Amino acid sequence: MTQKVLLGDEAVALGAIDAGIHAAYAYPGTPSTEILEYLLAHKQKHNKPFAAWCANEKTSYEEALGVSFAGRRAMVSMKHVGLNVAADPFINSALVTINGGLVVVSADDPGMHSSQNEQDSRYYADFAHIVCLEPANQQEAYEMTREAFDVSERFHIPVMVRIVTRLAHSRSVVNVSEPRAESPLSRADSPASWILLPVNARRQWHKLLETQKDLLDYSERSAYNSLRLSKDNNELGVITTGIAKNYYLENLSELDSEPSHLHIGVYPLPVEKIRKLVSHVKRVLILEEGYPYLERYLRGIIEPAVRIQGKLSGEVPREGELTPDNIRNALDLPPHRGLELSGFALPNRPPRLCTGCPHADSFHAIKGAVDANESVFMASDIGCYSLGALPPYSAIETCVCMGASIGMAKGASDAGLRPAIATIGDSTFLHSGVTALMDCIAADTDMTVIILDNETVGMTGGQPTILPDSRLESVVLGLGAKPEHVYVLSAHPKQNERNAEIIHQEINYNGLSVIITVRECLETLRRKKRDKQAEPAGSELVAV
Amino acid sequence: MKYDIIMAGVGGQGALSVSSIIASSAMSEGFYVKQSELHGMSQRGGAVVAHLRISDKPISSDMIPVGAASMILSMEPLESLRYLAYLSADGMLVTSTDPMKNIANYPDLGEVLRQIELTPHHVMLDSDQVAKKTGSAHSGNMVMVGAASHFLPVRAETIEKFISQMFARKGEKVVTANLKAYHAGRLAAEGSPGL
Repeated sequence: MTQKVLLGDEAVALGAIDAGIHAAYAYPGTPSTEILEYLLAHKQKHNKPFAAWCANEKTSYEEALGVSFAGRRAMVSMKHVGLNVAADPFINSALVTINGGLVVVSADDPGMHSSQNEQDSRYYADFAHIVCLEPANQQEAYEMTREAFDVSERFHIPVMVRIVTRLAHSRSVVNVSEPRAESPLSRADSPASWILLPVNARRQWHKLLETQKDLLDYSERSAYNSLRLSKDNNELGVITTGIAKNYYLENLSELDSEPSHLHIGVYPLPVEKIRKLVSHVKRVLILEEGYPYLERYLRGIIEPAVRIQGKLSGEVPREGELTPDNIRNALDLPPHRGLELSGFALPNRPPRLCTGCPHADSFHAIKGAVDANESVFMASDIGCYSLGALPPYSAIETCVCMGASIGMAKGASDAGLRPAIATIGDSTFLHSGVTALMDCIAADTDMTVIILDNETVGMTGGQPTILPDSRLESVVLGLGAKPEHVYVLSAHPKQNERNAEIIHQEINYNGLSVIITVRECLETLRRKKRDKQAEPAGSELVAV
Repeated sequence: MKYDIIMAGVGGQGALSVSSIIASSAMSEGFYVKQSELHGMSQRGGAVVAHLRISDKPISSDMIPVGAASMILSMEPLESLRYLAYLSADGMLVTSTDPMKNIANYPDLGEVLRQIELTPHHVMLDSDQVAKKTGSAHSGNMVMVGAASHFLPVRAETIEKFISQMFARKGEKVVTANLKAYHAGRLAAEGSPGL
């Protein structure tokens, strides 16, 4: 057995490799990005598995589905909100008779370290009626990902592995076991089970519902769902899920008597094990990361005889991540105390655009283009340029979901709020802004779309944009934008004044304009230089 | 044995690299280690923090409880104060005094340093100056590893080995410069009242 030091994300990736995947697809998104990065690095060294960034999570999912049809194992990974984008193929894929193992990894971000919301992917797994595996640590992340492929092939369903930021981005030693060989190419034997025409879909839905009892049986028997009834404590039972177990164990030694404990790592929920625990105690405390999913399931609408404590009852915080500290109150333990600052106000240090960032120049040009007393609607989107919301720029008014800025600017313009401007990054544009632009082109909406092209996916660490940036202009023109209102400008401080003039002129044009402002991200540029210098021996000292 | 470290700094200062060197050293000496990091938006010049836990027994939580940290190791003085609540009463605050003033309302540096001096156990050093003296202006973070090395439950030679490993890809010169910075930091901390 070999040992490796891995991030939770990397443990998932290696688990998939050792499960013999043929292909992996993803769109970058914190905290899931490092899963595919690990696979790409592995591919560079070993020439397999096939691994690629895709236009968005939906296309990623569909490509993985194709691999599964061909009898081979595939993984698709994304952040929680990415699953919203892939929801259509995801939910429907639960109805097809999965051939090669298909695993979808969803990385949730409780605490919103780098996200717009805290949504809990376990609901999606439940909604799709599939199995969800929730590792508690890096070792389980590796093992459960391997197991997920077996479960997928055994029950012919896609399987979800749900992780959270704190596991995705935490590093520890993982014991790695013997890898499994790739499966041969073998087309799904009953294509009808992949054609979701109503007549087939109804049959498939019936089959999926029939399978539920087998899934429950699997979950009840799983060693990842472990129940320990305490002989001398009939008062309190604790149920933990995923990494919440760690925070419970962190505090356990301080409890007078060890409570009964059920840990859940496999869904559907192990009903029998839950019943056993509940019948043993007077009070149940539920510690789960994310939404009060299990708690609502147990609580129902009628007050039970057993007292249920958790997020809904207020003993466990409903917002943000769980920590070893914020569950202490629920365990009747006093708060820990640390050192305190007295009478010194600590200023916040929010993230910001890097000094010299091309987005800053684009924002300067846009601000310069707008008359001082003019009321402009400035929709924006998700990426580094979302930081344009903060001082000194204060240049944007919306950031809702990937690609929303163009559609929102159209809506505002349709409503009569003009001039309407949408700013969007190059990768975000290709991810899901491009479809909204089609609507704008079809209607020749009175608005200005500004694509902030820094030639990379900046926020997640500089992954390549899915189409080379030189092609953005031809994409826009190919959709039918009027060539006389399409501009490619350099996002350079020297050009700010001229750019402002052009933007000003296009804001005043009563139709659709598309302006692409181009300059490469400084970080990407710097990294390229650094990589060049590193080969052969480095000549300059660089701190990593 | 349990040694919990809060690693603090500003995005881009290399707090994660520091954490990774100490974590690797501890692992190679047979300790259990967990290292929790932040990626994504917080890397853009904002405050960054990593939790590094070292123990001779298996570690449950990736996050350090409040009041439990044996050390705060900070690349920047203001950031060393942000996580004070995590430090135990006899914990050590090791920080650079070299400020990263990328915010408009950075407090008076003298006041920040005075607040650090109010903590029971601390080591302060101007990592930038120390690094410059060794001729490698960019390795202030290795200076801080050196300063912290006096208190860590791992041998100084082990840390050296992993600094060499981390920079090996960049060539012998880079390795030597970073080792030099590490030793200078170690030496600079020796005279400090925190020891």
